[in-house]
Amino acid sequence: MKIVVCVKQVASLGDEVEFTSDERDVDPDFLDYALNEWDSYATEEALRLRESSGDGEVVVATVGDEDAEEAMRRALAMGADRGIRVWGDGLAGADPITVARALAEVVRDESPDLVLAGVQSSDAVQAATGTALAELLGLPRVAVVTKIELGDGTATVHRELEGGLLDVVEVDVPCVLTIQTGINEPRYATLRAIKQAEQKPIEEREPGDLGAPAARVRRMFVPPRGEGAEMLDGEPAAIAQRIKEIVEERLR
Amino acid sequence: MSVLVVAEHVRGELRPVTLELVSAARDLGGPVAVAVVAGDPSALVEAVDVEGVDEILTVAVEPDAFETDVVQAAVEALIAEREPDAVLLGFTVDSMGYGPALAAKLGLGFASDVFALRREDGGVVAERSFYGAKVNAEVEFPGHERVVLLVRPTSWAPSAGGGGATVTEVAAPAVQSRARHRDWVEVEAGDVDITTADFLLSVGRGIGDKENLEQFEELAERMGATLSSSRPLVDAGWMPNARQVGQSGKTVKPKVYLALGISGAVQHLAGMKTSGTIVAVNSDPEAAIFNVAHYGAVADLFDVAEELEKLF
Ligand SMILES: Cc1cc2nc3c(=O)[nH]c(=O)nc-3n(C[C@H](O)[C@H](O)[C@H](O)COP(=O)(O)OP(=O)(O)OC[C@H]3O[C@@H](n4cnc5c(N)ncnc54)[C@H](O)[C@@H]3O)c2cc1C
Repeated sequence: MKIVVCVKQVASLGDEVEFTSDERDVDPDFLDYALNEWDSYATEEALRLRESSGDGEVVVATVGDEDAEEAMRRALAMGADRGIRVWGDGLAGADPITVARALAEVVRDESPDLVLAGVQSSDAVQAATGTALAELLGLPRVAVVTKIELGDGTATVHRELEGGLLDVVEVDVPCVLTIQTGINEPRYATLRAIKQAEQKPIEEREPGDLGAPAARVRRMFVPPRGEGAEMLDGEPAAIAQRIKEIVEERLR
Repeated sequence: MSVLVVAEHVRGELRPVTLELVSAARDLGGPVAVAVVAGDPSALVEAVDVEGVDEILTVAVEPDAFETDVVQAAVEALIAEREPDAVLLGFTVDSMGYGPALAAKLGLGFASDVFALRREDGGVVAERSFYGAKVNAEVEFPGHERVVLLVRPTSWAPSAGGGGATVTEVAAPAVQSRARHRDWVEVEAGDVDITTADFLLSVGRGIGDKENLEQFEELAERMGATLSSSRPLVDAGWMPNARQVGQSGKTVKPKVYLALGISGAVQHLAGMKTSGTIVAVNSDPEAAIFNVAHYGAVADLFDVAEELEKLF
């Protein structure tokens, strides 16, 4: 069984922010990078499916520059076999539809039995790449999956809806599933595994035709604070005292 | 210039986001059509016949439960027929299953988790967040005559009143459904119902370790609060499902919501932002939770918890 897992290196902001001179993105100096949380669950799920099927291969694919290999190495350290990194013009800050186009060609070339992606990335929260990719590959798909049972030519999965209601879905395989947190407990990579992952192959690919971007950021800015938000200053004791007063007043 | 809204429903009930989408559509301007793709769409027509809706397009499909191929094919057919320049869906689990596919297949403009919308020089401009909701962005769709937008729930007030929209039946396209609904599984009921509590003490990933949970269980008891949490604590098995606040957990509206170590992700806010008074303690001064909080404190939650223990 061959599984492709689409992973992303995500960026997070500390408590300071400055923007690039064109104001279309955050200045990279203010960003920290990590493997997207949802993708670590997707990677874990792929590893478990490989393990329970007895043999097979887990390939991680990412769209990102050379620095993004660090996140992919995390997935390799967890146990994925090899990586594919797609990069080229038009992919920096790309919208999820464009990212899906960049992934489609390399995933198709792998002819996987199953494709997994995270539900969403923590930095962009579009929840779109996996579903768009499925469409481009002509595959069935289920978004927001919290359980997978592989059958013969189908998989039975749980799709988690608002309020926690579960939709039990039978989906034809191969398919694309977007994985929700909590589906498993992602393993920690041991130091040895992290070292070994440095030796695992990462193939570099250029994207095919990306078409027109589906969106473009015109301007980024710091959102205005909520109205009426009052900051409680002072030492923890003073803050606690104010919280007590607020609670007592509101519950009266 | 016209807008197509796709109604959302689950097990025969219209989802509230649908009427919010109508309000969002009115912000964009132009005639608004609402698509009802369901087993018996006529049963939902009345619920979507609100102020601002010009036409209701009904498509009867099998089954009534959402199936991505079925709904996508129906919406594609409606787009081909009505040629709207904007298609509005909720930023919901159902839409995540086909909205991006529509955009990829038809080559449309796309953005999700959109919370503000307007037209400028004829083009659509949408607002959404990036980087843990710490920055907002204006997004445009150059070169696209049509966009698909997934709209953040509770960003617009639901449209109400009105009525009298034209109802048009549209035939469902033939489609082979490759991901089929089989059953529903309900959420397990918990030991408490956090939706009825007046005072929730809600803890997030900021508490760091499972071992620390006990401290907050005790603190909640002292303060007379009910303990709830964000999703990661439930994912990790530290807290039961029934105590999760947010989009995939419970929607709560206590008199006081005290959030310790919760960043304020959109799916968490969806479940608590209408609380009476929101108090947030977070060590990160830029945490998004401060955007909805009435009172905020930039502090270490353990320091504050220790002081609260002395006061209650
Ligand atoms: C379809 C879908 C549904 C979802 N449904 C839900 C849902 O129902 N509920 C939900 O909560 N999430 C939900 N999520 C997940 C959501 O996107 C976030 O991942 C989650 O809410 C983050 O939880 P958190 O704020 O506890 O953790 P984090 O985002 O990791 O935040 C932890 C916070 O703690 C602060 N902190 C750390 N240490 C300290 C300290 N010592 N003192 C003070 N502050 C500290 C940090 O500054 C940070 O802001 C859903 C996601 C998806 C895709």
